[in-house]
Amino acid sequence: MKAANFDYVRVASINEACQALADGGEDARIIAGGQTMIPLMAMRLARPSLLIDINDVSELAGITVAGDHLIIRAGTRQADTLASEVVKSQLPLLADALSHVGHTQTRNRGTIGGSLVNADPSAEIPLIAQTLDATIVAQSTRGQRTIAAGDFFDSAMATTLAPDECLVEARFPIWPSENTGFGFHEVSIRNSDYALAAAAAQTTLDENGNCLRLSIAICGASPAPLRLINVEQALTGSELSDNMIKAACANIDDLIDPQSDVHADAAYRGRVAKVVAARAIGDARDRAKGILV
Amino acid sequence: MSEHKITLTVNGREMSGHAEARLTLVDFLRDVLGQTGTHIGCEHGVCGACSVVMDGKPVRSCLMFAVMADGHEITTVEGLEGPNGELSPLQDAFWENHAMQCGYCTPGMLIATHTLLQENPDPDEAEIREAIGGNLCRCTGYQQIVEAVQMAAKKVQEAS
Amino acid sequence: MTDTTAAKEYRYITKKRRVTEDRRFITGRGNFAADYNLPGMLHVAMVTSPYACAEIKGINAEAALALPGVRYVLTGAELFENINPLLSGLDLPNIKRIPLAHERARYAGEWVAAVVAESRHIAEDAVELVEVDYNPIDFVIDPEEAMQPEAPLVHPQHGSNILCDKSWVWGDVDGDFDAAPHSLAFRARWSRCSTIPIETFVVTAKWDEGKELLDVWASIQMPKYPEQIARALSLPVNAINVHFDVDVGGSYGLKRGIRQTVIVSYLTRKLRAPVRFNEDRLENMSGGEMHGPDRIFDMEVAFDDEGIMHSLKIKATDDAGCYPGRAPLQLGKPVSAIVGPYRIKSASYNAISVTTNKTSQEAVRGFGQAPTNFAIEAMVDKVARKLGMDRDEVRRRNMIRADEFPYRIPSGSEYDSGDYHTVLDKLQTSAGWQELLTKRDAIRAEGKLAGVGISTCLEPSGGNSSFEPFFNPKNDTTTWMESCLIKVDMLGSITALMGTSTSGQGHESLLSVVIGEILERDPDTIRGVHAESLGALPSNSPVGSRMAIMLGGAAAGAAEKIKKQLLEIAAHNFQLPVDRLIYDGGDISVEGDPDKVMNWHLLIDIAHRQYHKMPLGSEPGLQAQHTWEVPTGGALPAEDGTVQMYPCYAFEAHIPLIAIDPDTGQVEILDYHMGHDCGTVLNPDIVRGMSLGGIAHGIGAALYEKFEYDEGGQHLSGSFMDYLLPSSHEIPHVEMVKHYTPSPLTTFGQKGSGESGYLGAPAAIASAVNDALAPLGKSIDTLPMRVRDIEALLNGQTE
Repeated sequence: MKAANFDYVRVASINEACQALADGGEDARIIAGGQTMIPLMAMRLARPSLLIDINDVSELAGITVAGDHLIIRAGTRQADTLASEVVKSQLPLLADALSHVGHTQTRNRGTIGGSLVNADPSAEIPLIAQTLDATIVAQSTRGQRTIAAGDFFDSAMATTLAPDECLVEARFPIWPSENTGFGFHEVSIRNSDYALAAAAAQTTLDENGNCLRLSIAICGASPAPLRLINVEQALTGSELSDNMIKAACANIDDLIDPQSDVHADAAYRGRVAKVVAARAIGDARDRAKGILV
Repeated sequence: MSEHKITLTVNGREMSGHAEARLTLVDFLRDVLGQTGTHIGCEHGVCGACSVVMDGKPVRSCLMFAVMADGHEITTVEGLEGPNGELSPLQDAFWENHAMQCGYCTPGMLIATHTLLQENPDPDEAEIREAIGGNLCRCTGYQQIVEAVQMAAKKVQEAS
Repeated sequence: MTDTTAAKEYRYITKKRRVTEDRRFITGRGNFAADYNLPGMLHVAMVTSPYACAEIKGINAEAALALPGVRYVLTGAELFENINPLLSGLDLPNIKRIPLAHERARYAGEWVAAVVAESRHIAEDAVELVEVDYNPIDFVIDPEEAMQPEAPLVHPQHGSNILCDKSWVWGDVDGDFDAAPHSLAFRARWSRCSTIPIETFVVTAKWDEGKELLDVWASIQMPKYPEQIARALSLPVNAINVHFDVDVGGSYGLKRGIRQTVIVSYLTRKLRAPVRFNEDRLENMSGGEMHGPDRIFDMEVAFDDEGIMHSLKIKATDDAGCYPGRAPLQLGKPVSAIVGPYRIKSASYNAISVTTNKTSQEAVRGFGQAPTNFAIEAMVDKVARKLGMDRDEVRRRNMIRADEFPYRIPSGSEYDSGDYHTVLDKLQTSAGWQELLTKRDAIRAEGKLAGVGISTCLEPSGGNSSFEPFFNPKNDTTTWMESCLIKVDMLGSITALMGTSTSGQGHESLLSVVIGEILERDPDTIRGVHAESLGALPSNSPVGSRMAIMLGGAAAGAAEKIKKQLLEIAAHNFQLPVDRLIYDGGDISVEGDPDKVMNWHLLIDIAHRQYHKMPLGSEPGLQAQHTWEVPTGGALPAEDGTVQMYPCYAFEAHIPLIAIDPDTGQVEILDYHMGHDCGTVLNPDIVRGMSLGGIAHGIGAALYEKFEYDEGGQHLSGSFMDYLLPSSHEIPHVEMVKHYTPSPLTTFGQKGSGESGYLGAPAAIASAVNDALAPLGKSIDTLPMRVRDIEALLNGQTE
């Protein structure tokens, strides 16, 4: 399990990275944490011709708040994000989901941007980006552009990022904290495996406890993380009773497209997706009401 | 293909060697620098046997090319002893609790729990299990490792 | 019954002692096979078959050989011409095994050619350049399909996919079934899984031209390893030196590596350079041939209204994979405990080994006993459920009583000793059986599923080889010895040699504590050494849960001889008979005259330097060896189909409490308790570690681990992403309770514990899952019980 040969360059700035990508051709790849890329290279399932190491690019690390958005630079380590107080207070859904991502050791290297670009259909960080309508910022020698999460995730392990583009940051909307709660549920075989199915929800309730706003997305049951728009529509304005949630989440067969693999068949994933979706919404509601901490 | 000169600070000592970019950090440590205490289990980032400390944090050395670690500080299991070869409290507790059998995953377990204790001197069982959650052991069933970490934490606290 | 260890006080054994070997592991100074870097060493990588079955029409290595750094490409055809086929456990003259596929690849992932290069990286580059011309042909994956007449033949020259089909009837099975008011039948499935160690198999061989000697460093746990290399390569055994001081990074029965070793041994002689093959994880999981039993049990039991089981029929169909190896023999060990710990008076056993186009099976911890225990325990639970009785009560009524030992079971093996009822009582008390049931019911009341499991199982230990003649009458091996050589040097330190490697069992610690006990010397001053094979006495390696018994017995025997020599030296110098002397801590004094003492160093000085003070004609120096045959071993199976297999029978009982999420099928183990009786415990830390680790293996087999094949014959579990080893999150804290019933057959009363935990945990987890499902009228008898299997059982019918 040794990687095929490749060239390597370490860059110090985003511009250098973009230039190297532009010069390196189609098989050049950015590497940051490498926690997914390197195993694929070891199995020779990935064989980039050039690795562009962005670990020294200090402008690619950091978490800031700008207005009603929390901005996570692409090279920010998952561990640093998980430990961030501002993430815990402003984006608790992401903090909760991050504790399910890999292990301490992989989180110490793995980055937020790396996970987004990898776009594993079972991965938690893309799920949260999708749930919260994050905006992805990409840069190339051609300039910078923003991509809505809904347009970013294309299919399993594929995004709409162009080959010469470097992901720069993800902007997560911060919801007003009053009467807002989140829920995250994941079913995996072992504690830290990729999700067989996972769901993330965030809701804001009105003064009567009815649902003012709801975002719910699932992963593991479709080629890319999937917003359950019809569930959101069905439940917005409702009192979010357990029965209503369950009924709404039972009605997603037309949206999902679960796949079978060695770990679970499509039927299992489909059924469990509904379960985690309902649980995530229920927890979001309870947190919004302050019942669940 | 590119060949690189790589210089690391390994257990406080500067060491260098030449390697192709594709050589992983664990292969570099073992085959180029002769530091064979760090073991290879799966080479795809699941088992944790190759764990080392990089700049103070535990990482998997099979999930990094050595060239990416150029200029960084690495601590391996060989670096856990005191300057005169005295066992660290954690090593001693691993021995006292027989927190191993074949010893193959042990370097990774020591690295994972060494860094845990540095960040959290008084971890509870769940925190210890979380810290070693990415390190597979096929011999012990993990319990003796948890007990060893608890004993080491207690000893360090008593001593300070 | 009282704690029997209390009856006899030992100096060193039974007491907490640090394990000698651990020191090198905690400091990163282990000597694992991959740590030996020889100058000029070449590296091997394997070309693997992408097909479940294919003819190999040709191999073109030109492009690979043209790559700089590539030294050789070895094919099965070349090996076939130049080596002897590997030994098989059965008498199957038409199935010739060589280490690389020859003419036909028989499973996806099988090694077809070995590429040798200056680095492993280059070897892997070259593997991609080897062109193999395959002609894919029909294959068979399911063992029952493989037995159908129209099935494709894995080995056409054998004429059938059945490797062996043997039946035994012990006692009046038909009569007992006719007489019993109840019977039940069911099928249980133990899926292909394995105890996969974290270290893969690694071997380095170096042909020394000057000495004409083959040096081998390997992560090996294989009986008769040098002899097998010698036979394959037509070398005398004394031209092979296996370095048994290599630390083995886990084995649990698996690391038999003879194919790998023959390949590198052939290559080092051919290429005149040291050659290493370090399996990577992908080579290991698919082509390393380390898969474990893959077994279908068709069970029938006859019982009465009181829950007494009278007779038992077991049909075990085992999928050996593509080559017989030792897999079929794993159907043999269960014969030694075919009725479990129960007083069942008759039994029949039909053992069928089938070949399919999957990777070959190898010996796995327990050698077939864990699957059998799972099936037997499922049977006992079903008897209880059918009669509406408590599962523990049915066990109590059927278990052999303490006063019935030694107890001969229908298949002819005699259980040495035991006190099963006391162990179960102790366990239920310490676990709080009633409280666990209350806890279970409280969880059920919350809308979850919950179950308490129970299993009571045996660990046959002290392995001998009697399953070999039992399955293959042409094999008349009845000797399965272990040896120890002790040297006391001129300055009085003790060194003990064994002829095997260790994979975590702590054999150096075992030697030092046993010899320390007999010679009354501090074990920390005694060095145990894994001798090179050329300097070692005969060994059969740490298989069959045998080293505490066999190596311990050999060491004790040799130490007794040392003690006898010391006493004779003292007797000669005191001019007194030996029976007037008192041996105390290595010093010898005269009974009734404590001032007359010859101390350890004086006695040893005499032995080494002062022949004039030695008894006339005695051997100078101080050394002794002892080679011990397995107690109760040494006999061929009887003509009536009975056989005495393992000498010692350890007992274990397990009680887990689990909860199941009814919507997702996820199982959570909330509590786990084990009761264990393996006789006198030589080192408590080592025995406890074996049991805890065995439970972890058992939980893996019960809930997570399976080598999966798809309909195209592709192996889907070839990495740690797909074959799921339980982590610290899945394995619970285990509370243990011990009991000590000594074996009358061993030096200190010790029994084996190397397979403990694994032999009862899968059965106990299955019992708990089925207890959880029982209120719904559902059950599941297939392992592993994965989340998707459980969830589908609960919710799948609506799909």
